[in-house]
Amino acid sequence: MAYSSKVIDHYENPRNVGAFEKDDPTIATGMVGAPACGDVMRLQLKVNEQGIIEDARFKTYGCGSAIASSSLVTEWVKGKTLAQAQEIKNTDIAQELALPPVKIHCSILAEDAIKAAIADYQQKHGGQE
Amino acid sequence: MNYFELLGVPEHMELDLTVLSRHYLELQRRFHPDQFGNASERDRRQSVQQAAMINDAFQTLKHPMSRAEYLLEQRGVELKHEQQSFQDTHFLMQQMELREQLAEIAAAPEQTEALQQQLEQELSQQQQHLRSELSAAIAKQTAEADALAAATLRKLKFFDKLQQELEFIEQQRQD
Repeated sequence: MAYSSKVIDHYENPRNVGAFEKDDPTIATGMVGAPACGDVMRLQLKVNEQGIIEDARFKTYGCGSAIASSSLVTEWVKGKTLAQAQEIKNTDIAQELALPPVKIHCSILAEDAIKAAIADYQQKHGGQE
Repeated sequence: MNYFELLGVPEHMELDLTVLSRHYLELQRRFHPDQFGNASERDRRQSVQQAAMINDAFQTLKHPMSRAEYLLEQRGVELKHEQQSFQDTHFLMQQMELREQLAEIAAAPEQTEALQQQLEQELSQQQQHLRSELSAAIAKQTAEADALAAATLRKLKFFDKLQQELEFIEQQRQD
């Protein structure tokens, strides 16, 4: 399969790979997986007191498109509020990375990772942002 | 006619693979396109379709995971084309850890033989446990148990991927 140059760039130079301490109250962790291909993705957001995402980290075991989708998302969420991050759509990710139809599910996984992380943050903070 | 009926085996998770193979080979012989050399165009075309379906049925029922997927599909639980992401955090964290071990082995296969053996054992234990959970859930034939079976099958798919990657590393070591 031919990957777009943007996918290759993120795959070869992934941004923000790593982990934050998941029990830290300012850290939101989203874990998602795709049973069909066995991909596993962890996205973590560092949220400040104003509810703004200051930093992000990811770790993904999966294909190039899954890695690129999560890498891209860590760049996009920085500086956004949780509400703004919640608005990121898989179609935006797929378009930016020029993902072919068979790889759309990788962008869905990345969108779901953001939503899972936000849900984790809200749960940690008693339902408020 | 569903695949179980076609191959003349009971609609269960536990299948006698020798019986399955024997029925498959008999049917394959009977519907082989060569047997229809002098038949009408229509009969020939039907035999080709029949032979293809017999093949699909055998391939599907032969492996426990695709067999379970097919059984659930017959009951209206579709897993094959689902795009919904899996969100069992506890399970996924465990998968992450296993993936990390796998990466460690891949990076230095010569120095990690003990870890590899340990991982192999862990994978086989977990898969065995999930497989028996899957069979038990499918046997219950309730909507609730089917949902549990689907969740278990999803977990098995993650393990299957890990298993494949581990086997790939082993193969490379031997090459």
